[in-house]
Amino acid sequence: MEMERILDLEGRPLRPPRLSLEESRVLLKAMLLIRTFDSRALSLQRQGRIGTYAPFTGLEGIQAAAVRSLTAADWLVPTYRDTGAAILFGLPLLEALAYWKGFPDSYRAPADRQILPPSVPIATQIPHAAGIGWGLKHQKKEGIVLTFFGDGATSEGDFHEGLNFAGVFKTPVVFLCQNNGWAISVPFHRQTAAESIAIRAQGYGIHGRLIDGNDPLMVAEAVQEAAERARSGEGPTLIEARTYRQGPHTTSDDPRRYRQEDPLETTLGDPVERLRLYLQKEGAWSAEEEEETLQEAREKVAQAVAELEALPRPSPESIFEHVYGAEPPFFQQQRDRFLATLKEAQE
Amino acid sequence: MSPGTEKTLLAAVTEALDVALAEDPRVLLLGEDIGLNGGVFRATDGLFEKYGGERVVDTPLAESAIVGAAIGLALSGLRPVAEIQFMGFLYPALDQILSHVSRFRYRSRGRFTVPLVVRMPYGGGVQAPELHAESAEAHLVHTPGLKVAVPSTPADAKGLLLSAIDDPDPVLFLEPMRLYRSVKGEVPAGVHKVPLGKARIVREGNDGVIFCWGAMVPPSLQAARRAKEDGFDVAVVDLRTLSPLDRETIGKFARQTGRVLVVHEAPLTGGLGAEIVAICQEEAFWHLEAPPQRVAVPDTPYPAFAVEEDYLPQGATIYRALQKTLKEP
Ligand SMILES: Cc1ncc(C[n+]2csc(CCOP(=O)(O)OP(=O)(O)O)c2C)c(N)n1
Repeated sequence: MEMERILDLEGRPLRPPRLSLEESRVLLKAMLLIRTFDSRALSLQRQGRIGTYAPFTGLEGIQAAAVRSLTAADWLVPTYRDTGAAILFGLPLLEALAYWKGFPDSYRAPADRQILPPSVPIATQIPHAAGIGWGLKHQKKEGIVLTFFGDGATSEGDFHEGLNFAGVFKTPVVFLCQNNGWAISVPFHRQTAAESIAIRAQGYGIHGRLIDGNDPLMVAEAVQEAAERARSGEGPTLIEARTYRQGPHTTSDDPRRYRQEDPLETTLGDPVERLRLYLQKEGAWSAEEEEETLQEAREKVAQAVAELEALPRPSPESIFEHVYGAEPPFFQQQRDRFLATLKEAQE
Repeated sequence: MSPGTEKTLLAAVTEALDVALAEDPRVLLLGEDIGLNGGVFRATDGLFEKYGGERVVDTPLAESAIVGAAIGLALSGLRPVAEIQFMGFLYPALDQILSHVSRFRYRSRGRFTVPLVVRMPYGGGVQAPELHAESAEAHLVHTPGLKVAVPSTPADAKGLLLSAIDDPDPVLFLEPMRLYRSVKGEVPAGVHKVPLGKARIVREGNDGVIFCWGAMVPPSLQAARRAKEDGFDVAVVDLRTLSPLDRETIGKFARQTGRVLVVHEAPLTGGLGAEIVAICQEEAFWHLEAPPQRVAVPDTPYPAFAVEEDYLPQGATIYRALQKTLKEP
């Protein structure tokens, strides 16, 4: 399978893209917003103002280009890695930050946005995505599902089982693998002896594509086409977006222990850089616009950080909220006793 | 016992693995990120360099296959020691654990056995993301055919792990991650074994007893020390093997003190505290002076980390419960 790409490393289009210049400009702005968020979150973690953080540096192109195909009827099924996608699909920045600060009330999407909380156990969200798609189809409801996962996730049984279900039930789901070449310290070639993830689509009888994940125009097109297929009843698509992990796995990780230089860096470049070069060459992006966009992004993020830090410490009562829809009486007694004892002990 | 050195619990785990690899060519480590990276907590630090990638093996990201393949490795004659990155990620492997690890000997009428060890960091208190703080020991203890060990000191970490690797039965080895670097202690050099199934008396006492394990040992000890200031001598017993439980020691201390408190960081309902209290009833009913009590976390999922210190039993909450147990007429 050949990797598909539209922009080369210098941002020259190898063929006419489907996205208009205006759409591409909107895309770049979205990428700059989440890149700003990402680097701010990293520094907040270093300053001890939030907990462990999983950066998506270098994945802005994939995440921004993918969610632009979603509508209000659609579902986003993210992992811990996909904060950028969630934000661009409507998750408030404050909710995203509160999640990484370990607040129970966090990652709450607005009522008109179907964004699931991030899945932490690898690959376990993949069958959920298949099931949501199945449910929508069964009820003849509008909407499709977009789910993300890494290359490591494709080694888990849930990847296989979820894709197989999606194939059998022909569900409207876009399965988007962000193949960043690493699962913490384990390189891609240690996850599979196969040359790509995308070729596995054939084994599930579904559509598969291998694309350059650092080419935002390519990602935008591939996801748009997969979304169109899903909407028109043609079933699921597995997209493997090749990229590379620019930073550590999470802020708890020290990549110097296991990786020297990443050869992919030179063959894929940086997604923001590539799209910017393209737009500049087309005369559709200027340094002033870049600065304006960044300034706006920094202000938005700073506002969210200020709101985050103004939040009161979560109450111990929150531990007991949302465990049950119909709370058993013993649970209520337990809560009352627990909170009373805690108060006594803390006096 | 040969003289040892001061080590963290984490370093003691590494040392046990090092000794096992050096002593027994059948030992093979497998897991996610345990090679060059030395494990996400560094429990296998340096072992890949020392023993090579054929014996310290980075696997694909697949817990069910890690445990399932460990079964196969054990059946073939090796002594696999699998690492699961966090206890919450044992869940994808529970099918293999519950359906096969625990039953191979039984099903094959003793012909095929799976002497393997599955190690994993467990428990909370380190401000980690969701599912990185699970205490699911009760699920494992409830499964016949498995053994379950939980060290709370560096010496026990080494001694119990080496016993686990040698044991003819599969052992789930739970490493309290909050104690990995926070406790230090003397660790005997070379081959040092602590038998499975024997509790450790952390502190003697006749007025009451606290049964605990893992990261609950230090706060329990703290509570017992506070009770001493009130004039009570409270024993602290670190069970350190949860399956099989040391019924003899549990019964002995229940009889000796008549006042029992069990502390665990797993939810109350169906937790191991219930089993231990039942053992006290069976072994010491006529000696009990007060209703045995349990300090556990409430019956909720492990909460987001900003509230975990409220959620987890602390020295102060254990002390409150202890006061009640001690003052019961
Ligand atoms: C079931 C499970 N096993 C192990 C882990 C620990 N873990 C967290 S992220 C990760 C690597 C994931 O790699 P990949 O799927 O490629 O995604 P990436 O993080 O690189 O985006 C591992 C092993 C986990 N979260 N869930």
